[in-house]
Amino acid sequence: MPRTRTPYSQNRVGPGGRIRRRMPRDRPADDSMESTVTNHTDPPTAVVEMRGISITFPGVKALDDVDFRMFPGEVHSLMGENGAGKSTLIKALTGVYGIDAGTITLAGDQVSFSGPAQAQAAGISTVYQEVHLLPNLSVAENIMLGREPRRFGSIDWRAMRRRSAQLLAGLNLDIDPGSLLGDHSLAVQQLIAIARAIDVQAKVLILDEPTSSLDTDEVAELFRVIRSLKEQGVAILFVSHFLDQVYEICDRLTVLRNGKLVGEYLTEELLRIDLVQKMIGKELTTLDDLEQRARSVVVDESDASNFVNAARLGRRGAINPADLPIAVGEVVGLAGLLGSGRTELARLLGGIDRADSGELTIRGKATKLRTPRQAISNRIAFSSENRRDEGIVGDLTVRDNIVLALQADRGWFRPIPKKRQDELTQSYIQALHIRPGNPDALVRNLSGGNQQKVLLARWLAIAPGLLILDEPTRGIDIGAKAEIQKLVFNLAENGMSVLFISAELEEVLRLSHRVVVLRDRHVVADLENDGLTVDALLALIADGSVEADDADAASGTSGARDAVLGASETSDPLTIDNVPGGRR
Amino acid sequence: MTKLLDAPQQPKLPVRPSMPPARRLGATIRNLMTSPKYGPVIVTAVLFIAVFVIGGVRYRGFFSGQVFLNLLVDNSYLIVLAVGMTFVILTGGIDLSVGAVVALSGMIAASLLQTGWSPSVVIPLLLVLTSVLGLLVGLMIHVFKVQPFIATLAAMFLARGLCYMVSQSSISITDPVFVSLAQTRIPLGGNLSITPSVIIALIVVAIAVWVLHSTRFGRTVYAIGAGEQSGLLMGLPVARTKVLVYVISGFCSGLAGVLFTFYTLSGYPLTAIGTELDAIAAVVIGGTLLTGGYGFVLGSVLGVLVLGVIQTIITFEGTLSSWWTRIFIGALLLVFIILQKVLTARRR
Repeated sequence: MPRTRTPYSQNRVGPGGRIRRRMPRDRPADDSMESTVTNHTDPPTAVVEMRGISITFPGVKALDDVDFRMFPGEVHSLMGENGAGKSTLIKALTGVYGIDAGTITLAGDQVSFSGPAQAQAAGISTVYQEVHLLPNLSVAENIMLGREPRRFGSIDWRAMRRRSAQLLAGLNLDIDPGSLLGDHSLAVQQLIAIARAIDVQAKVLILDEPTSSLDTDEVAELFRVIRSLKEQGVAILFVSHFLDQVYEICDRLTVLRNGKLVGEYLTEELLRIDLVQKMIGKELTTLDDLEQRARSVVVDESDASNFVNAARLGRRGAINPADLPIAVGEVVGLAGLLGSGRTELARLLGGIDRADSGELTIRGKATKLRTPRQAISNRIAFSSENRRDEGIVGDLTVRDNIVLALQADRGWFRPIPKKRQDELTQSYIQALHIRPGNPDALVRNLSGGNQQKVLLARWLAIAPGLLILDEPTRGIDIGAKAEIQKLVFNLAENGMSVLFISAELEEVLRLSHRVVVLRDRHVVADLENDGLTVDALLALIADGSVEADDADAASGTSGARDAVLGASETSDPLTIDNVPGGRR
Repeated sequence: MTKLLDAPQQPKLPVRPSMPPARRLGATIRNLMTSPKYGPVIVTAVLFIAVFVIGGVRYRGFFSGQVFLNLLVDNSYLIVLAVGMTFVILTGGIDLSVGAVVALSGMIAASLLQTGWSPSVVIPLLLVLTSVLGLLVGLMIHVFKVQPFIATLAAMFLARGLCYMVSQSSISITDPVFVSLAQTRIPLGGNLSITPSVIIALIVVAIAVWVLHSTRFGRTVYAIGAGEQSGLLMGLPVARTKVLVYVISGFCSGLAGVLFTFYTLSGYPLTAIGTELDAIAAVVIGGTLLTGGYGFVLGSVLGVLVLGVIQTIITFEGTLSSWWTRIFIGALLLVFIILQKVLTARRR
């Protein structure tokens, strides 16, 4: 390919570090086919060709001018962090979302689907991320619904059971097609969804996180089916956050970041470490002024100064037992890919999910957090990465959103006086530069960055001892990002502990005194941020093959990277991709 | 796809351990009872038989075929209503308009017959009118995303108001066809007999069972009840089906109105007040989940029969006021909803 892997160091050059195949905007779409696909090693025609796709949701540009293509007989993977736009792109292709701009071409014909039924009829078969099946119907029906064999207008139940039994046997799944779907485990349901998808004689099969609930044998079975379909010329889109699986099965990768295309690569030509770096991306270095100040805090090593100490804290199916001490006034960064357990660990500390193993000590006192309310009364505030659903209340005003946590903490029988509410709101609006500075504005009309500031104000209002920020800067503009980073820094200087999660490693490094690296639901390293580099973190995140003990030594980058690259050839002791996570 | 089929025979995934037959039977029963699909229906069937047996033990003459058949005779219109309601509730919706539509179709029938229209025109016209009303309600729910509760509440007020537009007082029906349909008894031998209404109701039930069980439309109804979004993503015609169930409910209300006039031989604007709630109660007691997705038409028929048998017992008791029926139905509903919760929760 013309854009084969750029040498590692060069990839980081340039704003956004984007390496991108781009056709000139002014060219008419029709004649651009030849010139954009200049790749001679490619199969001649793409079965799916999406060009310049943009989708805007209220307040968010979910996809911005993205190109994507798939070839018959090839397994393609769509890579990117949470919010990169993978699911949106898939839903654009399957007709769930309409596109605001761009064209979709299927086997040479331009198409525009108004719904999943049309996409299915056109030969695009999809298994969605969450199992979208019907627990109240039989397994056979879930496989065949919408195209049941019929005799004289009646559904031919016997033929239906027979056909679905065949399909299930093809997946080596021995269950009664007449049994209720709801009686089966999530993993089996996932396989049933796949059986449904392959029953259609599809040109394109889309599997969005199909392996998230499967164990090793089941994944092997699925891969056997995928390879067999591939031989029959089906184009398969395989989306997974398990890198090992992607590298095992995929021929080609498309990387997205923040709704934009990073590039398309052949899997064999892209090293894992480069892939991870492309997914996580680089940020403009406009925040250099923080850099020098960040590491000046001296942290007392003794336990007494720890605000929170988690010892072997874990939850089955979410995060393996992990140690995480956080000192007073310390900023601890959590680094890891989506699904690595970074959010899951934070949720345990925030009392959102209950830990089922380990101990949590808050200010030297052993505590069990059962609810977020308990966490708040222990002065732990958790700000979720899902700003829209678990953060702001869009239909309430800025003032109501800010006082919400404080009011809940005081109890509903001691309302905060209106005057106090106004003072509080005004002070935070000024301190955080919330725009518009109108306390009565509805929060849903604010920009993402300002919504995030309102959320921060809400949690700061309860004067937390530990502030957990999960992706506080995702999807907000650079200016607001800088302000939030400065704020975190100042808070820590004033003695607040902060647990900072971000997919952007520079951000983590810039702010954190310590960085904890997670991979596949394990803590793989706990490093002082002293001379740590993005490269070293990338190496740990990508392969985790550097033992946690060696991690400090490995932070001198090049050695670590070599070790990683070497190790990726052999079987990786820390790879637990296939631990049957969410199942009992 | 044939290539997939010659998969290597590896150990199959879920292995069911073999157990002794007695325990297996116990497990099967347990499984059936806690199944959200069959459990509530089985409980209703057991309850119906139990109440019937209790009645038979307590009262002389209760244990006769005619008492049972009279349950059908007296409740044929309610059976038809419950069938329509089952479609709606299976999708997770509700239809509050059916009682008022029964009254409206009775009023229209009575007044048109009074002015000399032929029954062969009046009945089809009624069925079309009530279906169109159902269509409008369905479109309102689908297009404007109105809650079914509100949309059908509006339709209920509309239909009830229209009753008074037709006439403020009772209109009696003297049309010979209606009178003969009302009075005909079809002998079944051995002193047993039913009315034509029963046959119509049973035909409706049979068609509904077939539609729900054996057509794509019917299966889509169940799919919508379990998850509209999932159904949509599976490429099912969700919108069409959602509107159609209200058309069916409208049609059934119209037909129930006709059967009701066979029963009363008059039209009166205040009839069938609260009948929609009887229909909902019958459907729920019959094992259909109010949130949709689980339930059977035959369950709803059983539900109607349970309501009927309670009423019959109270009649046999003689000293109890008929309001006791309501109290029993209320208590039963409560028990059933809790039972559904408990049974289906046990499973998790």
